Amino acid sequence: MRPRAIIAAMLLIAAGIVASNLSATEIPQAERRSGFSFMTPDTKAMQNEDTANPGMLWVLDGEALWKSRTGTAGKACADCHNAARSSVSGVAARYPAFDKTLGRPVNLEQRINLCRARHQQATPLAYESRELLALTAFVAQQSRGTAIETGADPQLEPFIDKGRELFMQRQGQLNLNCANCHDDNWDKRLAGSAITQGHPTGYPLYRLEWQSLGSLQRRLRGCISGIRAQAYDYGAPELVALELYLMSRARGMPIETPAVRP
Amino acid sequence: MASALINVPARAKRGQVIQIKTLMSHIMETGYRRTADGEVVPRDIITSFTCRYNGVEIFRADLFPAIAANPFITFFTIATESGKFDFEWIGDSGFSETASAPITVE
Repeated sequence: MRPRAIIAAMLLIAAGIVASNLSATEIPQAERRSGFSFMTPDTKAMQNEDTANPGMLWVLDGEALWKSRTGTAGKACADCHNAARSSVSGVAARYPAFDKTLGRPVNLEQRINLCRARHQQATPLAYESRELLALTAFVAQQSRGTAIETGADPQLEPFIDKGRELFMQRQGQLNLNCANCHDDNWDKRLAGSAITQGHPTGYPLYRLEWQSLGSLQRRLRGCISGIRAQAYDYGAPELVALELYLMSRARGMPIETPAVRP
Repeated sequence: MASALINVPARAKRGQVIQIKTLMSHIMETGYRRTADGEVVPRDIITSFTCRYNGVEIFRADLFPAIAANPFITFFTIATESGKFDFEWIGDSGFSETASAPITVE
């Protein structure tokens, strides 16, 4: 009886190892945690107080840009949208969203640039420029506290699937996929830093390492370079698909923009 | 697009110790970094910060290249009379910003 029991136990262990290798375990709803909860009390305090949160500097700039006229149409964002607090509140919690004209999802930065092109007849702002980050931060901040509902639109389904596929796709010289860290090892540390679950609840956010505000695409490109893979260009459909998957994965979590992260 | 965020309590009791928090938008370029071409990126930092309470200087700080971007400076003082706090940041290449905040002391 005893050798049989040992063999049975070994088989069970082997089955467990095989199963965990085959499919990354997605994080159960109840165990999802914002990157905020992994931070030190000091960094949390920095995010929680608006006069200590450097991200608010961009929000202030964004508010000024929202009201200033630009482009050949001579219109300001506020001329169409009126008061941001009522008109764009909750919008960031639905992005990336499907654009009917383009037939694909666009993120908040791209939506702002589309608005500039279509309604203000203005030139697009460069990715990661102070202006684009400021406007995005200002718009997203109007949704602070709103639960993320990205992906409710059925037209987005194929793009979410594409994003999920990219999340699970091993790549780069280290041959890692996103899930290896952010689904399977989020409770551990990498070089002393918390790995976190990768829920994009606070973008654009102030990263102390960047000493600046930055977009989710900047973060994703950093991660992709980290696994020694070739990063997609800013605005690439692959990055938007990843953004879309990550936001739909964080559905129900409150927006924290502008968040602070180490 | 420089801007400051100031946190001073709007009201305080006479003799009360109050905390003042200031955040100034600035890149704080150290002057030690180089571009991909090997050119030195010129130093661009805030070098001095002062706070005056009804015209009297109550706090001054010198800043150096090791200080991070968007310096957050916080300090304490005693609320003595109603009036205002004036803040001034001075830095490289003619950088100069001011801000002020009122206080009512009861």
